[in-house]
Amino acid sequence: MASQLSQIVVVGAGVAGTRAAETLRQEGYGGDLTIVGAERHAPYHRPPLSKKLLTGKVHRVGIDFAPQLDLDARVLRGASALKLDMSSHIVHVRDENRDLAVQFDGLVIASGAVPREWPDGPVPDGVLLLRTVEDCLAIRERLGSRPRVVVVGGGFIGAEVAASCRSLGLDVVLVEKTAGPLLAVLGKEMATCWADLHRQNGVDLRVDVGVDAFAGNGRVEAVRLTDGSQVPADLVVIGLGVTPATDWLDGSGLSIDDGVVCDATGAVEGGTDVVAAGDVARWWHPLYERHLRTEHWEDAGRQGAAAARTLLAGPDHAETYDDVPYFWSDQYDVKLQMLGIPADYDAVKIVEGNPEAWQFVAAYGRDGHTIAVMGTITNRVYAYRDAVAKHAEFPPRRPD
Amino acid sequence: MKVSVDLDTCNGNGVCMSICHEVFDVREDGLHLLQEEPPKDLRHQLKGAEVSCPTQAITVKD
Repeated sequence: MASQLSQIVVVGAGVAGTRAAETLRQEGYGGDLTIVGAERHAPYHRPPLSKKLLTGKVHRVGIDFAPQLDLDARVLRGASALKLDMSSHIVHVRDENRDLAVQFDGLVIASGAVPREWPDGPVPDGVLLLRTVEDCLAIRERLGSRPRVVVVGGGFIGAEVAASCRSLGLDVVLVEKTAGPLLAVLGKEMATCWADLHRQNGVDLRVDVGVDAFAGNGRVEAVRLTDGSQVPADLVVIGLGVTPATDWLDGSGLSIDDGVVCDATGAVEGGTDVVAAGDVARWWHPLYERHLRTEHWEDAGRQGAAAARTLLAGPDHAETYDDVPYFWSDQYDVKLQMLGIPADYDAVKIVEGNPEAWQFVAAYGRDGHTIAVMGTITNRVYAYRDAVAKHAEFPPRRPD
Repeated sequence: MKVSVDLDTCNGNGVCMSICHEVFDVREDGLHLLQEEPPKDLRHQLKGAEVSCPTQAITVKD
Protein backbone atom coordinates (compact mmCIF):
# COMPACT_ATOMS: atom_id res chain seq x y z
CA MET A 1 0.00 0.00 0.00
CA ALA A 2 1.49 3.33 -0.99
CA SER A 3 1.65 5.67 1.95
CA GLN A 4 3.57 8.91 2.27
CA LEU A 5 3.84 8.52 6.02
CA SER A 6 7.23 7.85 7.57
CA GLN A 7 6.87 8.69 11.28
CA ILE A 8 3.90 6.94 12.81
CA VAL A 9 3.29 7.13 16.54
CA VAL A 10 0.88 4.80 18.32
CA VAL A 11 -0.26 6.08 21.71
CA GLY A 12 -1.40 3.07 23.71
CA ALA A 13 0.11 -0.38 23.96
CA GLY A 14 -2.96 -2.42 24.82
CA VAL A 15 -4.77 -4.63 22.36
CA ALA A 16 -5.89 -1.77 20.08
CA GLY A 17 -2.46 -0.16 19.89
CA THR A 18 -0.67 -3.46 19.43
CA ARG A 19 -3.02 -4.66 16.68
CA ALA A 20 -2.63 -1.28 14.98
CA ALA A 21 1.16 -1.54 15.06
CA GLU A 22 1.06 -5.13 13.77
CA THR A 23 -1.25 -4.16 10.95
CA LEU A 24 0.91 -1.22 9.90
CA ARG A 25 3.83 -3.58 9.40
CA GLN A 26 1.69 -6.30 7.81
CA GLU A 27 0.41 -3.78 5.30
CA GLY A 28 3.95 -2.89 4.34
CA TYR A 29 4.57 0.30 6.28
CA GLY A 30 8.37 0.64 6.39
CA GLY A 31 8.84 3.94 8.19
CA ASP A 32 9.62 4.77 11.82
CA LEU A 33 7.21 3.39 14.36
CA THR A 34 7.00 4.54 17.98
CA ILE A 35 4.66 2.96 20.53
CA VAL A 36 3.91 4.87 23.72
CA GLY A 37 2.57 2.60 26.47
CA ALA A 38 1.47 3.78 29.90
CA GLU A 39 2.02 0.40 31.49
CA ARG A 40 5.47 -0.92 32.29
CA HIS A 41 5.14 -4.34 30.71
CA ALA A 42 4.52 -5.93 27.38
CA PRO A 43 0.89 -6.18 26.28
CA TYR A 44 -1.30 -8.71 28.03
CA HIS A 45 -4.78 -10.11 27.73
CA ARG A 46 -7.05 -8.02 29.89
CA PRO A 47 -10.15 -10.28 29.96
CA PRO A 48 -8.63 -12.81 32.43
CA LEU A 49 -8.08 -10.06 35.04
CA SER A 50 -11.61 -10.43 36.37
CA LYS A 51 -11.74 -14.16 35.72
CA LYS A 52 -8.99 -16.77 35.45
CA LEU A 53 -6.10 -14.63 36.66
CA LEU A 54 -8.14 -13.46 39.62
CA THR A 55 -9.03 -17.01 40.64
CA GLY A 56 -5.50 -18.27 40.00
CA LYS A 57 -6.52 -20.59 37.16
CA VAL A 58 -3.89 -18.96 34.99
CA HIS A 59 -0.60 -17.43 36.03
CA ARG A 60 0.73 -14.00 35.25
CA VAL A 61 2.94 -15.21 32.42
CA GLY A 62 -0.02 -16.99 30.86
CA ILE A 63 -1.74 -13.75 29.92
CA ASP A 64 1.08 -12.07 28.01
CA PHE A 65 0.50 -11.72 24.33
CA ALA A 66 3.29 -11.24 21.88
CA PRO A 67 2.83 -9.30 18.67
CA GLN A 68 2.45 -11.68 15.75
CA LEU A 69 5.50 -10.29 14.00
CA ASP A 70 8.60 -8.24 14.74
CA LEU A 71 7.26 -4.70 14.97
CA ASP A 72 10.67 -3.10 14.52
CA ALA A 73 9.40 -0.29 16.72
CA ARG A 74 10.75 2.06 19.33
CA VAL A 75 8.66 1.12 22.36
CA LEU A 76 8.35 3.48 25.31
CA ARG A 77 6.90 1.76 28.38
CA GLY A 78 5.71 3.36 31.59
CA ALA A 79 5.33 6.44 29.42
CA SER A 80 2.38 8.81 29.63
CA ALA A 81 1.24 10.93 26.74
CA LEU A 82 0.81 14.38 28.27
CA LYS A 83 -0.23 16.58 25.40
CA LEU A 84 -0.88 16.50 21.70
CA ASP A 85 0.22 19.45 19.61
CA MET A 86 -1.41 19.06 16.20
CA SER A 87 0.13 22.19 14.67
CA SER A 88 3.70 21.00 15.16
CA HIS A 89 2.80 17.28 15.02
CA ILE A 90 4.31 16.44 18.38
CA VAL A 91 3.16 14.16 21.19
CA HIS A 92 4.63 15.25 24.51
CA VAL A 93 5.48 12.20 26.55
CA ARG A 94 6.81 11.64 30.04
CA ASP A 95 8.94 8.54 30.11
CA GLU A 96 10.15 7.70 33.64
CA ASN A 97 11.78 11.02 34.54
CA ARG A 98 12.34 12.32 31.05
CA ASP A 99 10.13 14.60 29.04
CA LEU A 100 10.16 13.68 25.38
CA ALA A 101 8.76 15.39 22.31
CA VAL A 102 7.85 12.70 19.81
CA GLN A 103 7.39 13.89 16.26
CA PHE A 104 4.83 12.20 14.01
CA ASP A 105 3.26 12.48 10.61
CA GLY A 106 0.66 9.81 11.37
CA LEU A 107 -0.95 9.15 14.74
CA VAL A 108 -2.92 6.24 16.18
CA ILE A 109 -4.80 7.16 19.36
CA ALA A 110 -5.35 4.03 21.41
CA SER A 111 -4.91 5.37 24.93
CA GLY A 112 -7.74 3.27 26.32
CA ALA A 113 -9.80 4.15 29.36
CA VAL A 114 -9.34 4.66 33.05
CA PRO A 115 -11.58 3.19 35.73
CA ARG A 116 -13.84 5.59 37.58
CA GLU A 117 -12.53 6.24 41.05
CA TRP A 118 -14.81 6.43 44.03
CA PRO A 119 -16.40 9.89 43.60
CA ASP A 120 -16.53 10.89 47.26
CA GLY A 121 -12.88 11.30 48.04
CA PRO A 122 -10.33 8.98 49.62
CA VAL A 123 -11.32 5.43 50.53
CA PRO A 124 -9.98 3.26 53.35
CA ASP A 125 -7.51 0.46 52.75
CA GLY A 126 -9.16 -2.59 51.23
CA VAL A 127 -11.28 -0.68 48.72
CA LEU A 128 -9.82 -1.43 45.30
CA LEU A 129 -10.33 -0.84 41.60
CA LEU A 130 -9.67 -3.36 38.83
CA ARG A 131 -8.17 -2.32 35.52
CA THR A 132 -4.55 -3.37 35.28
CA VAL A 133 -2.72 -6.59 35.99
CA GLU A 134 -1.28 -4.99 39.13
CA ASP A 135 -4.82 -4.23 40.32
CA CYS A 136 -5.77 -7.84 39.72
CA LEU A 137 -2.80 -9.28 41.56
CA ALA A 138 -3.39 -6.92 44.49
CA ILE A 139 -6.96 -8.15 44.79
CA ARG A 140 -5.90 -11.77 44.34
CA GLU A 141 -3.38 -11.47 47.13
CA ARG A 142 -6.09 -10.27 49.50
CA LEU A 143 -8.41 -13.09 48.48
CA GLY A 144 -5.95 -15.47 50.14
CA SER A 145 -7.08 -14.35 53.60
CA ARG A 146 -10.70 -15.35 52.77
CA PRO A 147 -12.19 -11.85 53.06
CA ARG A 148 -15.86 -11.00 53.08
CA VAL A 149 -16.18 -9.34 49.68
CA VAL A 150 -18.45 -6.50 48.65
CA VAL A 151 -18.57 -5.66 44.95
CA VAL A 152 -19.90 -2.21 44.12
CA GLY A 153 -21.35 -1.96 40.63
CA GLY A 154 -23.04 -4.71 38.63
CA GLY A 155 -21.51 -4.13 35.22
CA PHE A 156 -19.39 -6.83 33.61
CA ILE A 157 -16.34 -6.25 35.79
CA GLY A 158 -18.43 -6.30 38.96
CA ALA A 159 -20.45 -9.34 37.89
CA GLU A 160 -17.33 -11.26 36.88
CA VAL A 161 -15.47 -10.38 40.07
CA ALA A 162 -18.50 -11.50 42.10
CA ALA A 163 -18.63 -14.78 40.17
CA SER A 164 -14.88 -15.34 40.52
CA CYS A 165 -14.98 -14.72 44.27
CA ARG A 166 -17.97 -17.05 44.70
CA SER A 167 -16.14 -19.75 42.77
CA LEU A 168 -13.45 -19.49 45.44
CA GLY A 169 -16.14 -20.01 48.08
CA LEU A 170 -16.01 -16.48 49.48
CA ASP A 171 -19.00 -14.59 50.86
CA VAL A 172 -19.98 -11.99 48.27
CA VAL A 173 -22.41 -9.09 48.38
CA LEU A 174 -23.02 -7.35 45.05
CA VAL A 175 -24.42 -3.82 45.28
CA GLU A 176 -26.05 -2.41 42.16
CA LYS A 177 -27.86 0.89 42.05
CA THR A 178 -30.23 -0.10 39.22
CA ALA A 179 -32.76 -2.94 39.35
CA GLY A 180 -30.14 -5.60 38.56
CA PRO A 181 -26.67 -6.45 37.35
CA LEU A 182 -25.98 -6.02 33.62
CA LEU A 183 -29.33 -4.29 33.17
CA ALA A 184 -27.90 -1.49 31.05
CA VAL A 185 -26.22 -3.93 28.63
CA LEU A 186 -28.67 -6.81 28.46
CA GLY A 187 -32.05 -5.19 29.02
CA LYS A 188 -34.62 -6.22 31.60
CA GLU A 189 -35.59 -9.71 30.42
CA MET A 190 -32.07 -11.07 30.04
CA ALA A 191 -30.65 -9.19 33.01
CA THR A 192 -33.25 -10.96 35.16
CA CYS A 193 -31.69 -14.29 34.09
CA TRP A 194 -28.28 -13.08 35.18
CA ALA A 195 -29.55 -11.83 38.51
CA ASP A 196 -30.97 -15.34 39.05
CA LEU A 197 -27.64 -16.88 38.08
CA HIS A 198 -25.82 -14.85 40.70
CA ARG A 199 -28.43 -15.61 43.36
CA GLN A 200 -28.37 -19.34 42.55
CA ASN A 201 -24.64 -19.24 43.00
CA GLY A 202 -24.90 -17.68 46.41
CA VAL A 203 -24.28 -13.99 45.77
CA ASP A 204 -26.14 -11.72 48.17
CA LEU A 205 -27.56 -9.33 45.59
CA ARG A 206 -28.57 -5.85 46.77
CA VAL A 207 -30.27 -3.92 43.99
CA ASP A 208 -31.87 -0.49 43.66
CA VAL A 209 -29.48 0.71 46.30
CA GLY A 210 -26.30 2.72 46.32
CA VAL A 211 -23.30 3.07 48.56
CA ASP A 212 -23.37 5.87 51.08
CA ALA A 213 -19.94 5.45 52.65
CA PHE A 214 -17.19 3.04 53.59
CA ALA A 215 -16.81 2.52 57.31
CA GLY A 216 -13.58 1.52 58.97
CA ASN A 217 -10.69 2.87 60.89
CA GLY A 218 -7.99 3.04 58.23
CA ARG A 219 -9.10 -0.37 56.93
CA VAL A 220 -12.51 -1.00 55.47
CA GLU A 221 -14.82 -2.83 57.89
CA ALA A 222 -18.24 -2.25 56.38
CA VAL A 223 -20.10 -0.64 53.53
CA ARG A 224 -23.02 1.62 54.43
CA LEU A 225 -25.79 1.51 51.85
CA THR A 226 -28.21 4.30 50.99
CA ASP A 227 -31.13 2.32 52.44
CA GLY A 228 -29.47 2.62 55.85
CA SER A 229 -28.23 -0.96 55.99
CA GLN A 230 -24.63 -1.85 56.70
CA VAL A 231 -22.73 -4.73 55.08
CA PRO A 232 -19.60 -6.07 56.78
CA ALA A 233 -16.63 -6.15 54.42
CA ASP A 234 -12.93 -6.99 54.46
CA LEU A 235 -12.47 -6.29 50.77
CA VAL A 236 -14.40 -4.00 48.45
CA VAL A 237 -13.98 -4.03 44.69
CA ILE A 238 -15.38 -1.00 42.89
CA GLY A 239 -16.58 -1.45 39.34
CA LEU A 240 -18.14 1.83 38.30
CA GLY A 241 -17.09 1.68 34.69
CA VAL A 242 -14.41 3.56 32.85
CA THR A 243 -13.91 6.91 31.20
CA PRO A 244 -11.97 7.28 27.96
CA ALA A 245 -8.39 8.48 28.47
CA THR A 246 -8.57 11.76 26.59
CA ASP A 247 -7.08 14.24 29.09
CA TRP A 248 -3.91 14.51 27.02
CA LEU A 249 -5.97 15.56 23.99
CA ASP A 250 -7.46 18.66 25.65
CA GLY A 251 -6.72 21.68 23.49
CA SER A 252 -5.57 19.55 20.54
CA GLY A 253 -8.47 20.63 18.35
CA LEU A 254 -9.61 17.03 17.87
CA SER A 255 -13.26 16.29 18.41
CA ILE A 256 -13.78 14.83 21.90
CA ASP A 257 -17.18 13.77 23.19
CA ASP A 258 -17.14 10.77 25.52
CA GLY A 259 -14.11 9.57 23.61
CA VAL A 260 -12.37 10.59 20.42
CA VAL A 261 -15.01 11.07 17.76
CA CYS A 262 -14.25 9.17 14.56
CA ASP A 263 -15.93 8.66 11.24
CA ALA A 264 -16.81 5.20 9.96
CA THR A 265 -13.22 4.53 8.90
CA GLY A 266 -11.68 5.38 12.26
CA ALA A 267 -10.33 8.74 11.12
CA VAL A 268 -10.59 11.28 13.94
CA GLU A 269 -12.80 14.26 13.31
CA GLY A 270 -10.91 17.53 13.51
CA GLY A 271 -7.54 16.11 12.44
CA THR A 272 -5.75 14.71 9.43
CA ASP A 273 -3.63 11.57 9.49
CA VAL A 274 -5.01 10.80 12.94
CA VAL A 275 -7.00 7.65 13.69
CA ALA A 276 -8.32 6.18 16.93
CA ALA A 277 -9.29 2.72 18.15
CA GLY A 278 -10.34 0.83 21.23
CA ASP A 279 -11.93 2.04 24.47
CA VAL A 280 -10.96 5.64 23.74
CA ALA A 281 -12.65 5.80 20.33
CA ARG A 282 -16.22 6.61 19.37
CA TRP A 283 -16.74 5.41 15.82
CA TRP A 284 -19.62 6.13 13.54
CA HIS A 285 -21.26 2.76 12.98
CA PRO A 286 -23.18 2.76 9.69
CA LEU A 287 -25.28 -0.25 10.69
CA TYR A 288 -26.53 1.29 13.93
CA GLU A 289 -26.44 4.80 12.49
CA ARG A 290 -24.83 6.27 15.55
CA HIS A 291 -21.47 6.78 17.19
CA LEU A 292 -20.54 3.79 19.32
CA ARG A 293 -17.85 3.53 21.93
CA THR A 294 -17.55 -0.07 23.00
CA GLU A 295 -15.25 -1.26 25.73
CA HIS A 296 -14.78 -4.77 24.43
CA TRP A 297 -11.50 -6.57 23.96
CA GLU A 298 -12.47 -8.00 20.60
CA ASP A 299 -13.72 -4.72 19.18
CA ALA A 300 -10.59 -2.90 20.33
CA GLY A 301 -8.31 -5.30 18.46
CA ARG A 302 -10.33 -5.19 15.25
CA GLN A 303 -10.62 -1.43 15.37
CA GLY A 304 -6.88 -1.17 15.90
CA ALA A 305 -6.27 -3.12 12.71
CA ALA A 306 -8.88 -1.14 10.78
CA ALA A 307 -7.56 2.20 12.04
CA ALA A 308 -4.06 1.28 10.89
CA ARG A 309 -5.34 0.48 7.40
CA THR A 310 -7.22 3.78 7.33
CA LEU A 311 -4.10 5.70 8.28
CA LEU A 312 -2.08 4.10 5.49
CA ALA A 313 -4.84 4.39 2.89
CA GLY A 314 -5.42 8.09 3.47
CA PRO A 315 -8.79 9.84 3.55
CA ASP A 316 -9.68 9.22 -0.09
CA HIS A 317 -9.18 5.46 0.02
CA ALA A 318 -10.01 4.53 3.60
CA GLU A 319 -12.59 1.79 4.00
CA THR A 320 -15.58 1.82 6.28
CA TYR A 321 -15.30 -0.49 9.25
CA ASP A 322 -18.73 -1.83 10.08
CA ASP A 323 -18.04 -5.07 11.88
CA VAL A 324 -20.62 -6.10 14.43
CA PRO A 325 -19.59 -5.40 18.04
CA TYR A 326 -18.89 -8.59 19.98
CA PHE A 327 -18.08 -9.46 23.54
CA TRP A 328 -18.13 -12.37 25.89
CA SER A 329 -18.25 -12.77 29.64
CA ASP A 330 -17.48 -15.86 31.70
CA GLN A 331 -19.45 -16.13 34.92
CA TYR A 332 -19.53 -19.38 36.90
CA ASP A 333 -19.65 -22.05 34.21
CA VAL A 334 -21.77 -19.95 31.88
CA LYS A 335 -20.24 -18.18 28.91
CA LEU A 336 -22.29 -15.23 27.75
CA GLN A 337 -21.65 -13.92 24.25
CA MET A 338 -23.26 -10.94 22.59
CA LEU A 339 -23.16 -9.88 18.97
CA GLY A 340 -24.45 -6.44 18.14
CA ILE A 341 -25.86 -3.69 20.30
CA PRO A 342 -29.34 -4.20 21.76
CA ALA A 343 -29.89 -0.48 22.42
CA ASP A 344 -33.56 0.54 22.19
CA TYR A 345 -34.74 -2.99 21.41
CA ASP A 346 -38.49 -3.48 21.38
CA ALA A 347 -38.60 -7.28 21.35
CA VAL A 348 -36.55 -10.13 22.72
CA LYS A 349 -37.09 -13.80 21.92
CA ILE A 350 -35.41 -17.08 22.78
CA VAL A 351 -34.45 -18.53 19.39
CA GLU A 352 -32.59 -21.65 20.54
CA GLY A 353 -32.31 -23.78 23.64
CA ASN A 354 -33.66 -23.35 27.11
CA PRO A 355 -32.79 -20.56 29.54
CA GLU A 356 -33.67 -22.76 32.53
CA ALA A 357 -30.81 -25.05 31.58
CA TRP A 358 -28.53 -22.07 30.83
CA GLN A 359 -28.17 -23.22 27.24
CA PHE A 360 -29.91 -20.75 24.98
CA VAL A 361 -29.66 -18.07 22.34
CA ALA A 362 -31.84 -14.96 22.46
CA ALA A 363 -32.38 -12.38 19.73
CA TYR A 364 -33.12 -8.70 20.22
CA GLY A 365 -35.33 -6.94 17.69
CA ARG A 366 -36.22 -3.36 16.85
CA ASP A 367 -38.83 -2.37 14.29
CA GLY A 368 -38.94 -5.96 13.02
CA HIS A 369 -35.15 -6.26 12.54
CA THR A 370 -32.61 -8.33 14.41
CA ILE A 371 -30.18 -5.90 16.04
CA ALA A 372 -28.37 -8.19 18.46
CA VAL A 373 -28.03 -11.81 19.51
CA MET A 374 -26.97 -13.00 22.91
CA GLY A 375 -26.52 -16.49 24.23
CA THR A 376 -24.69 -19.13 26.16
CA ILE A 377 -24.38 -21.97 23.64
CA THR A 378 -20.73 -21.62 22.74
CA ASN A 379 -20.82 -22.22 19.02
CA ARG A 380 -24.32 -20.93 18.29
CA VAL A 381 -24.07 -17.21 19.00
CA TYR A 382 -21.58 -16.34 16.29
CA ALA A 383 -23.68 -18.35 13.85
CA TYR A 384 -26.12 -15.40 13.85
CA ARG A 385 -23.48 -12.94 12.72
CA ASP A 386 -25.00 -12.47 9.28
CA ALA A 387 -28.47 -11.95 10.71
CA VAL A 388 -27.15 -9.20 13.00
CA ALA A 389 -24.84 -7.66 10.39
CA LYS A 390 -27.71 -7.41 7.91
CA HIS A 391 -30.30 -6.48 10.52
CA ALA A 392 -32.31 -9.40 9.15
CA GLU A 393 -35.97 -9.90 9.83
CA PHE A 394 -36.85 -10.49 13.49
CA PRO A 395 -36.98 -13.14 14.82
CA PRO A 396 -34.01 -14.40 12.81
CA ARG A 397 -34.15 -17.75 11.02
CA ARG A 398 -32.03 -20.42 12.63
CA PRO A 399 -28.72 -20.50 10.70
CA ASP A 400 -26.72 -23.70 10.05
CA MET B 1 -3.08 -25.39 4.76
CA LYS B 2 -1.61 -25.67 8.26
CA VAL B 3 -3.60 -24.73 11.32
CA SER B 4 -2.33 -24.38 14.86
CA VAL B 5 -4.03 -23.21 18.04
CA ASP B 6 -2.41 -21.80 21.15
CA LEU B 7 -4.46 -23.66 23.74
CA ASP B 8 -3.18 -21.46 26.58
CA THR B 9 -4.67 -18.44 24.84
CA CYS B 10 -7.88 -20.10 23.58
CA ASN B 11 -10.87 -19.05 25.63
CA GLY B 12 -13.27 -21.58 24.14
CA ASN B 13 -15.69 -18.99 22.77
CA GLY B 14 -16.41 -21.14 19.74
CA VAL B 15 -16.31 -18.35 17.19
CA CYS B 16 -13.99 -20.45 15.02
CA MET B 17 -16.37 -23.40 15.18
CA SER B 18 -19.24 -21.25 13.95
CA ILE B 19 -17.13 -20.19 10.98
CA CYS B 20 -15.42 -23.51 10.17
CA HIS B 21 -16.88 -26.51 11.95
CA GLU B 22 -14.97 -28.84 9.63
CA VAL B 23 -11.76 -27.95 11.47
CA PHE B 24 -12.64 -26.53 14.88
CA ASP B 25 -14.66 -28.27 17.54
CA VAL B 26 -15.22 -26.60 20.89
CA ARG B 27 -16.36 -28.92 23.66
CA GLU B 28 -16.64 -28.60 27.40
CA ASP B 29 -12.98 -29.51 27.80
CA GLY B 30 -11.85 -26.91 25.28
CA LEU B 31 -10.93 -26.73 21.65
CA HIS B 32 -10.23 -29.76 19.47
CA LEU B 33 -8.57 -29.42 16.12
CA LEU B 34 -10.27 -31.92 13.82
CA GLN B 35 -7.74 -31.47 11.02
CA GLU B 36 -4.27 -29.98 11.32
CA GLU B 37 -3.74 -29.84 7.58
CA PRO B 38 -7.14 -29.05 6.08
CA PRO B 39 -7.63 -28.77 2.31
CA LYS B 40 -7.19 -25.46 0.49
CA ASP B 41 -10.88 -25.10 -0.31
CA LEU B 42 -11.43 -24.22 3.35
CA ARG B 43 -8.98 -21.33 3.07
CA HIS B 44 -11.65 -18.62 3.24
CA GLN B 45 -13.27 -20.05 6.37
CA LEU B 46 -9.92 -20.72 8.03
CA LYS B 47 -8.72 -17.17 7.46
CA GLY B 48 -12.06 -15.97 8.79
CA ALA B 49 -11.61 -18.03 11.93
CA GLU B 50 -8.06 -16.76 12.33
CA VAL B 51 -9.01 -13.09 12.23
CA SER B 52 -12.23 -13.55 14.18
CA CYS B 53 -10.75 -15.42 17.13
CA PRO B 54 -11.33 -13.11 20.12
CA THR B 55 -8.03 -14.10 21.69
CA GLN B 56 -5.95 -14.48 18.50
CA ALA B 57 -5.19 -18.08 19.39
CA ILE B 58 -5.35 -19.41 15.82
CA THR B 59 -2.58 -19.36 13.24
CA VAL B 60 -3.27 -20.41 9.66
CA LYS B 61 -0.51 -20.91 7.12
CA ASP B 62 -0.78 -21.60 3.41
